[in-house]
Amino acid sequence: MDTVSKKNLQTEALKVRMGVIEGTYHAGSGHPGGSLSAADLLTYLYFYKMKVDPRNPQWEERDRLVLSKGHAAPALYAVLAEKGYFSGEEIPRLRKVGSMLQGHPDMKNIPGVDMSTGSLGQGISAACGMALSAKHFGDAFHVYTILGDGECEEGQVWEAAMFASHKKLDNLTAFVDLNHLQIDGTIEEVNSPLPLDEKFAAFGWHVLTIDGHDFDQIDAAVNEALSVKGKPTAIICNTVKGKGVSFMENVCGWHGVAPKQEEYEKAMAELQEKLAAMEA
Amino acid sequence: MSEVKKAATREGYGQGLVELGRQTDQFIVMDADLAAATKTGMFQKAFPDRFYNCGIAEQNMMSVAAGIAATGKTVFVSSFAMFAAGRAFEQVRNSIGYPHLNVKIGASHAGVSVGEDGATHQCCEDIALMRTIPGMTIINPADAVEAKAAVFKAMEIDGPVYMRFGRLAVPVIFDDDYTFEVGKGVELKPGSDVTIIATGLMVAEAVKAYDLLAAEGISARIINMATIKPIDEEIILKAAEETGAIVTAEEHSVIGGLGSAVCDVLAENLPVPVKKVGVQDTFGISGPALELLEYHHLTAPHIAAAAKEVLAKKK
Repeated sequence: MDTVSKKNLQTEALKVRMGVIEGTYHAGSGHPGGSLSAADLLTYLYFYKMKVDPRNPQWEERDRLVLSKGHAAPALYAVLAEKGYFSGEEIPRLRKVGSMLQGHPDMKNIPGVDMSTGSLGQGISAACGMALSAKHFGDAFHVYTILGDGECEEGQVWEAAMFASHKKLDNLTAFVDLNHLQIDGTIEEVNSPLPLDEKFAAFGWHVLTIDGHDFDQIDAAVNEALSVKGKPTAIICNTVKGKGVSFMENVCGWHGVAPKQEEYEKAMAELQEKLAAMEA
Repeated sequence: MSEVKKAATREGYGQGLVELGRQTDQFIVMDADLAAATKTGMFQKAFPDRFYNCGIAEQNMMSVAAGIAATGKTVFVSSFAMFAAGRAFEQVRNSIGYPHLNVKIGASHAGVSVGEDGATHQCCEDIALMRTIPGMTIINPADAVEAKAAVFKAMEIDGPVYMRFGRLAVPVIFDDDYTFEVGKGVELKPGSDVTIIATGLMVAEAVKAYDLLAAEGISARIINMATIKPIDEEIILKAAEETGAIVTAEEHSVIGGLGSAVCDVLAENLPVPVKKVGVQDTFGISGPALELLEYHHLTAPHIAAAAKEVLAKKK
């Protein structure tokens, strides 16, 4: 990836993180931690890799993104707004009565959302369905899905993993946002799904492990995934929960709690400062 | 009496899929390792490239189907009712129902007539579960002809459809030229004293009950209610007004099924005495299907007895 593209992505990712804080603060609830850990992946996909058209969200040939860890909706919404699917003025209305921005992604009412998700484990299966449909009906689009690490404790994830490799869905790429934290504690404490790389490999997937906040690594991994034939690819992304907001990083408590006013101001100031430095 | 032609509704489903498959290739059929039993195997044989076996993983299958439908295509998915509506309920609700996707669920081996497999496989709560999902259409055909027609109607409907089929061969009631209309009950016999509203294999029993009651001078109206949701309120209220007493008959729990749907309509509009014939609040047992239907009092004489009971309460 060239330096201009990378700098552009880093800038967009900061704006997306600000959207996450903005949305969850105004909502008074939501999941900032896991949204921030997935923010770079989502920014990369929508601003660099995926074949999409914000003016035509239902474009049949578009690449698809299924946010299997649907609770990272604030990050997805921030990306979609930044990309122009809808106005950024919608972001502070997140989770409010009458707002289109539901607590978890709603494909029926939000332009750019490819699948309704939120109940863990179901998104990766839906992504398999999209990939199967593309193969069956001869469509060329690629399907991406983002899983949480805690989500991999759901049995359905492994039903889907078995299905995807058996059906040779090489047009499917799954990211696992490995931030090591779930609601009740670390994944190691609660009910560890590790080692995820060996598990996906055992299920017949091509597996890569990267730093999920490094755009060069993300890009190289996705390009490799796109070149692999006959099997789906899992990209295990080492990430930091709460990434980009100093006091939220690696703190389990920020899984499902919104910032209060003081925290909101502190987080926004921090991100604003980084953005100013980036744009200087 | 000459031989009554019999066929399982799942046979009609399989035939319907094959015939629909000859008309259009814009749908996929999936099963969870029960293709021979659910009769999606008939489609698999006719169109092997358009059939996908998901293996014994019903939850994944439902969400995969949702993903296919999210690309604008239609999918028919099958398993036993126990696993389609029961095990995968939450996937049906969240992956399929919430986004109102074109997934058509063909659930076979519903009710106690599964027989020898016993309680674990006798699904008597699927209608109740599916009724709670907004936008879900529920069709419980009375015979193989109606089952086949339901496949074509399901393809036309925009949104999810739950079709309920049985394992047991049951009398064929309708001629091949029968026109099935979704959301419309059908009056099979006219009557003025009491109305029997039946669904699925209980329709044939209700027709037999008509004769039993007629022999005692009781005029029973018989209605086939194949569509449980949206329910035909008009035909229910007309029956309540004109006959003043209603019996419902279904091979399903008396909690949440056809009987409950009918009572919901009556209670809010025109309360009349009702007797629900169905599986009581209990688990089933193993045994031959016909013996189990008798064991659960799901036969014509019990429907006739219920009719007389409700008649006695009529004002």
